[in-house]
Amino acid sequence: MNLRELEPGEVRRELGEPILALEAISLAFGGVKALSDVSFDVREHEVRAIIGPNGAGKSSLLNVINGVYRPQRGRITFRGVARAHMEPHRAAAMGIARTFQSLALFKGMTVLDNILAGRNLMMKSNLLLQALRVGPALAEEIRHRKRVEEIIDFLEIQHVRKTVVGRLPYGLQKRVDLGRALAAEPQVLLLDEPMAGMNIEEKQDMSRFILDVNDEFGTTIVLIEHDMGVVMDLSDRVVVLDYGRKIADGTPEEVRKSQAVIDAYLGVKH
Amino acid sequence: MQVDTGRPDTFPKLLLHHARVRGDRPAIREKQYGIWQAWTWDEMRREVEWLAAGLAAAGLARGAHIAVIGANRPRLYWTLVAAQALGAIPVPFYEDAIAQEMVYVFQDAAIELAVVEDQEQADKLLEILPQCPSLRRIWYDDPRGLRHYSQPGLASYESLRESGRERAAQDPGFFASQVAKGVGGDPAIMMYTSGTTGHPKGVVLSHDNLVASSVAYAELEGLRDDEEVLAYLPMAWIGQNLFSYAQWMTVGFRINCIESAETVLTDMREIGPTYYFAPPRVLEALLTQVTIRMEDASGVKRFLFRYFMELARRVGGELLDARPVKLSDRALYALGNVLVYGPLRNALGMTRIRVAYTAGEAIGPDLFVFYRSLGINLKQLYGSTETSVMVCVQPDGAVKPDTVGPPMKGVEVRILESGEIVLRCPGLFREYYKNEQATREAKDAEGWFHTGDAGFFDAGGQLRIIDRAKDVGKLSDGTLFAPKYLENKLKFFPHIKEAVAFGDRRPYASAMINIDVQAVGDWAERRGIPYSGYTDLASKPQVIELIRGCVEKVNADLARDPKLAGSQIHRFVILHKELDADDGELTRTRKVRRGFIAEKYAAIVQALDSGAERCAVEAQVRFEDGRTGTVRAEIAVVPVRTFEAPVQPAAARGAPALEEKAAA
Repeated sequence: MNLRELEPGEVRRELGEPILALEAISLAFGGVKALSDVSFDVREHEVRAIIGPNGAGKSSLLNVINGVYRPQRGRITFRGVARAHMEPHRAAAMGIARTFQSLALFKGMTVLDNILAGRNLMMKSNLLLQALRVGPALAEEIRHRKRVEEIIDFLEIQHVRKTVVGRLPYGLQKRVDLGRALAAEPQVLLLDEPMAGMNIEEKQDMSRFILDVNDEFGTTIVLIEHDMGVVMDLSDRVVVLDYGRKIADGTPEEVRKSQAVIDAYLGVKH
Repeated sequence: MQVDTGRPDTFPKLLLHHARVRGDRPAIREKQYGIWQAWTWDEMRREVEWLAAGLAAAGLARGAHIAVIGANRPRLYWTLVAAQALGAIPVPFYEDAIAQEMVYVFQDAAIELAVVEDQEQADKLLEILPQCPSLRRIWYDDPRGLRHYSQPGLASYESLRESGRERAAQDPGFFASQVAKGVGGDPAIMMYTSGTTGHPKGVVLSHDNLVASSVAYAELEGLRDDEEVLAYLPMAWIGQNLFSYAQWMTVGFRINCIESAETVLTDMREIGPTYYFAPPRVLEALLTQVTIRMEDASGVKRFLFRYFMELARRVGGELLDARPVKLSDRALYALGNVLVYGPLRNALGMTRIRVAYTAGEAIGPDLFVFYRSLGINLKQLYGSTETSVMVCVQPDGAVKPDTVGPPMKGVEVRILESGEIVLRCPGLFREYYKNEQATREAKDAEGWFHTGDAGFFDAGGQLRIIDRAKDVGKLSDGTLFAPKYLENKLKFFPHIKEAVAFGDRRPYASAMINIDVQAVGDWAERRGIPYSGYTDLASKPQVIELIRGCVEKVNADLARDPKLAGSQIHRFVILHKELDADDGELTRTRKVRRGFIAEKYAAIVQALDSGAERCAVEAQVRFEDGRTGTVRAEIAVVPVRTFEAPVQPAAARGAPALEEKAAA
């Protein structure tokens, strides 16, 4: 047996069947068309990026996926069930979690409690038992706490376990937000600009965590990101939006070469 | 199994001994998922037995070297014992060493097998694989991120343990028979010295060396098997190895592996160690934190803190040494203990400490006195990798901030004409690996080890170390110049993180200074001074004034000491970048490499000497991902006020008493 026998080749995960599909989604706020006739799918275990210039409709698209917005037209198929639109609670119950561009954390609570809060959908025992911490509620809390500790270990935030979130630097708060989303053990994780406002080192860390989540837990990831370097490195496939329309869809290489994308980003002479 | 006559002479035998005598008591703990998990001596014996069988199956031969790389993890400690049980020699590495630094050791020791902590370490070894032809197998403790690595020689610790378990089941007598083959004179471990110059040298220490040193400490301090010790320093450092491995295995107490480098303070509070070991830089960092937090406290608290710390400085040390103290001061100290010292000890996790040691480099006297005045029995000791940290230690009741105590039992110390300390002791290393010439230079025909440190015995028979013998110099007018002494004085200020003093064969002493970003940043924030990073902060005129004030205080202090008044610092610069081990400016144990720095920053040294007011510099920096870049800056050379030395009686003048003096 020899260490030199094999070079560490490029590792590709096995992508599964489409788990989530959007067909001909159109969304308008009054007369403003946010999305027009957008279709794309997300395959199981893949990292799918949505990019586009400001106002292209990226966040709207995420909001359609987890049911915050109801599209006027189109169909969403998630795990084989087709619907005209999603509901936020159903999305959560079916295994879609998300992080937010502006953080969604309880600033006055500790890191531990914030991540624990991400598991509230999975808590089965009733409020009274939980308050008294007896019997099944205690066993349940121990089980949830263990899972939360695994996430803390995974995201390497042990040192702030009991620190109040509001006192943490921004980059760490972003990581806690990711932890809160992970606590729900989602099948699909929606990340809205996970690296906004970070420095290079923090971006590298976050990229590693995203890849690790995808790799270790097999979580399918849909992310919006502005940093092109990050997008090209992380994602398996990229959707490009401009003015609410899909203008390209494919692997990072294909998208990079697309004339429509170049025009959208660099502008075009009219 | 050998008949147990007297004390077992190797670590694997000691393990079997503890498993028999105190098998159901916890031996090692690790914090995992927020909870301390413990393994008893018997469980540990079983783990080590399986691991040893697995390593034997992988071809670890008697006398071969095995690399152990990572932070303090139980499995890495078990690897040390398992390798020793097979008669192999573990070679621990600094976990933050960059890949290229490891190449030399892998080649020098012809290492075939490695047990590493995680992906980070595995990646480093895979990177240097082409340069290390003998490396065959790597096992990792934490599988995270390594799932898709397809090298057949790379496998998990679990797989190694499982293969060992099967083998141990087939051949139950294997482990005991292997352990029985070992004798105390066998090499137990090889540690590479940090090497402020040239290639690192592999110091070969035998079981006898380490056990002798451990027993000497245990007897001196009355160590018991219920001590709690925090394992948090790099495994490749002899201090950590002696206090958290050799003494642990000899005495049979408990070690507790920290969760991560960032959680040390929390972990320490939770464990409440009774026996503690810290190099000065750790104590310094703790003090800096305390100082910063006190500035955030309310006015009443700040007043109480200042008042009682002043009292503690006066009488705390005296009380600890059981010397007479006025009754009124005693009563006040008791009050202070309730209001300030007790809570502070608790916040530092030092409430239960019976004995604490500091070593590794000279400690600033003020820093040392701070901890002692709180009632923490902190003592200095003196030793090196080559001596298994066994030379001198301060005895209870006679602790002085500027000495390292009298020689320990069984250690002979002499001072040469040149001021260099030479010694003989049972902990003295066997040899430098494959380097007979260096061994002969360090250890003469009669077995005296030349430490390279300069020092002298004071009137009470305690050894006082001044500096590295080769670093102690003279200013051009002949005044004694001990750079380390000046640097330590500077570094006691929380705002100064690192200092490098120059003065040998120069008309006056000068210094390069690194500010402490945390402390100075906090200071700047308080005053509403905006800054973007270290370089920017370091060049702020207000910061320069702040540091000038610190240097002046040092000068005022030096002026009081007739021997050192001449070496006051005339000029200084604040460096534009932090000194970093990755750039070769510090050793991995964070000691400054003065020669290298003088060469690298020749332009600055020249500006310090010449009287120029500004100096343009360019320096290469290495980023954490291995890339390099250049930092350019123009930095100010700042003159400092110096003070007249007081007129002193003729008797006190002259060089320190470097007379030769033998000690038992």
